[in-house]
Amino acid sequence: MPQRILGPRPAPAVPPSPPTLESTAPVPDQPSLYRTMYRIRRFEETVLDRFSSGVFHGTTHTYCGQEANAAGVLAGIGNADRPDDGRPAGRQDVVVSNHRCHGHFLAYGGDPRALFAELMGRRTGVCGGRGGSQHLQWRGFYSNGILGGTLPVAVGMALAERDTGRDGVVVAFTGDGALGEGALYESLNLASLWRAPVLFVVENNQVAQTTPIHLALAGDLAARFEAFAIPTRHLDTSDVSEILPVAQELLGELRGGAGPRALVLDTRRFGPHSKGDDPRPADELARMRAERDPLVIAGARLDEAERTAIEATADDEIATAFARALADEPATLDRAALGRTA
Amino acid sequence: MAKVLDALNGALHHCMTTDERVVVLGEDILDPYGGAFKVTKGLSIAYGDRVRTTPVSESAIVGAATGMALRGLRPVAEIMFGDFTTLIADQLINHAAKFATMYGTAVEVPLVVRTPMGGRRGYGPTHSQTLEKLYCGVPGLRVLAPAALGDPGALLTAAILEDSGPVLFVENKILYNTEVLAAGGDGDVACTSVAGRGYAPAHVLTVRHGAAPSLTIASYGYAAELARQALVRLAYEFEIFAELVVVGQLAPCDLSPVAASLRSTGRLLTVEEGSRTLGWGTEIVARSFEDLGPSLRAARRVAMDDVVLPAAAPLELAVLPSVDDIVKAAVEVGTAA
Repeated sequence: MPQRILGPRPAPAVPPSPPTLESTAPVPDQPSLYRTMYRIRRFEETVLDRFSSGVFHGTTHTYCGQEANAAGVLAGIGNADRPDDGRPAGRQDVVVSNHRCHGHFLAYGGDPRALFAELMGRRTGVCGGRGGSQHLQWRGFYSNGILGGTLPVAVGMALAERDTGRDGVVVAFTGDGALGEGALYESLNLASLWRAPVLFVVENNQVAQTTPIHLALAGDLAARFEAFAIPTRHLDTSDVSEILPVAQELLGELRGGAGPRALVLDTRRFGPHSKGDDPRPADELARMRAERDPLVIAGARLDEAERTAIEATADDEIATAFARALADEPATLDRAALGRTA
Repeated sequence: MAKVLDALNGALHHCMTTDERVVVLGEDILDPYGGAFKVTKGLSIAYGDRVRTTPVSESAIVGAATGMALRGLRPVAEIMFGDFTTLIADQLINHAAKFATMYGTAVEVPLVVRTPMGGRRGYGPTHSQTLEKLYCGVPGLRVLAPAALGDPGALLTAAILEDSGPVLFVENKILYNTEVLAAGGDGDVACTSVAGRGYAPAHVLTVRHGAAPSLTIASYGYAAELARQALVRLAYEFEIFAELVVVGQLAPCDLSPVAASLRSTGRLLTVEEGSRTLGWGTEIVARSFEDLGPSLRAARRVAMDDVVLPAAAPLELAVLPSVDDIVKAAVEVGTAA
């Protein structure tokens, strides 16, 4: 029997209707946002602290300092197991992430034990130890370590979500470094041309590995997106409470069929690019920690006792996740599953 | 008899009719133009929005198709000239092929990238190449090449509707206008198909009423058409009886149909249109030695010289493998000690 999946797809000729209440996830409260960010911070600090002890294999790119981006943007994203669940709360959206994906994965709802296990090469890892730090897949979450190359994939995913009537949207994280890649501009053109429901999120941490942005980027950052007629919002903040409403607004526009949107988030990367490769001056790093720490900013809004309780719970959760992953079985080799043999 | 072009075009129509998850995208594929080589002709009229013409953005075409495949569609992307696959290499190698394997999860990437390769049309150095060897060592990626044998449309249909992983489907340009050999062969040659480890059958051709073959000729694509002509000449002019094994799947490499023939002949000649160094034939020869050891008595490769393919017709023909080249090499390897 032919499968009837695709419905007619008239191009919206009228302005998109505003998002309905059902089309957005419940907005998390301040404690919940703080918890999301604090868990990421504890996870990443554990990774950096324990890397030299040899428990992890390979490399890592930590998210410390950028937590407000993942928490604010992904607050409106559904991660339901089944994409056709039908219930708004059961929505499955798609997140396309890059090499610096741990924070995105955890904010999406991923399991810290499975992520530790992936970094340790355990069978229980997110991808059974095949992917490692930067190649994760779980439900609607996909990360890959090739800068810019993930963006046309994100556009295709968005078209599939729309054309199959699932009505999921795609959030594609990228960074200032990827603005040097040609694939990014091909993707912006396609997304705009085909009105793909994709939100491009540029986490502009001002440095690509070790190269500061002024040595890598000419012209205006947001204008790159606007040149393709992609409406773009630009925030220079580490405050999740400023990011979240803007992200919600943009996601609502996507769900209303308005076509792609871009969100440029000026942010700060506290840690090295990967493990120890950070030539930035110590005083610069100290200043950004003092002025742009999303946990300090959000934590100040919480009652001291509540904040402490959240931290204690998260400390325990991350420590337990680490210990469990450490005790898990090593990954096993399945050659046939690693490539086609026939 | 139908030409390969008709078979492939018919397969695309069949797939789009059968399964609405199938979508087609590529440059200049809309009717009335119907694609640079007309393989997609009639699709946009019949299937509307499911056929997308694209900007000149090969990387994004294959990237977007990969994203569609990851999320439940069965996209077929056309790259107008195989030479432009250099622009999609990152998407094929670091995205499509990896998504299908590196996640260790139930992710499927039912993607088919079709592209024409090959010379003899005078399109010059950057529009005439045979580059599929570049993709034949990429784990997770299947490389298929139809010939004017068997059912080229069925091969494309299987790739689109049944394969859960990414496929590079290589169509030689001269093949488009070549008649498909009737099932069973013609007056000169008999043709049988044999199953390989994948779903692409191999085709085995012998000269009718000939003696037991003393040489195995392995080939694919349009080069196999030249090899078929050489097969007949070898029999009638040199009384050398060979068995021509034409494979449909280049990667993952499956030696079994070639090895089966070699076990009785012990002599191997590979024929391909791509350049010689580190080509398909190189792999076949290496695997044959590994498989047969000393019972492989001699081997040669016929391939394009390692040169930049020139545009002028006499120059192009001089560097591409010809029927004469195949006959000459077959005589050498067929009589080598």
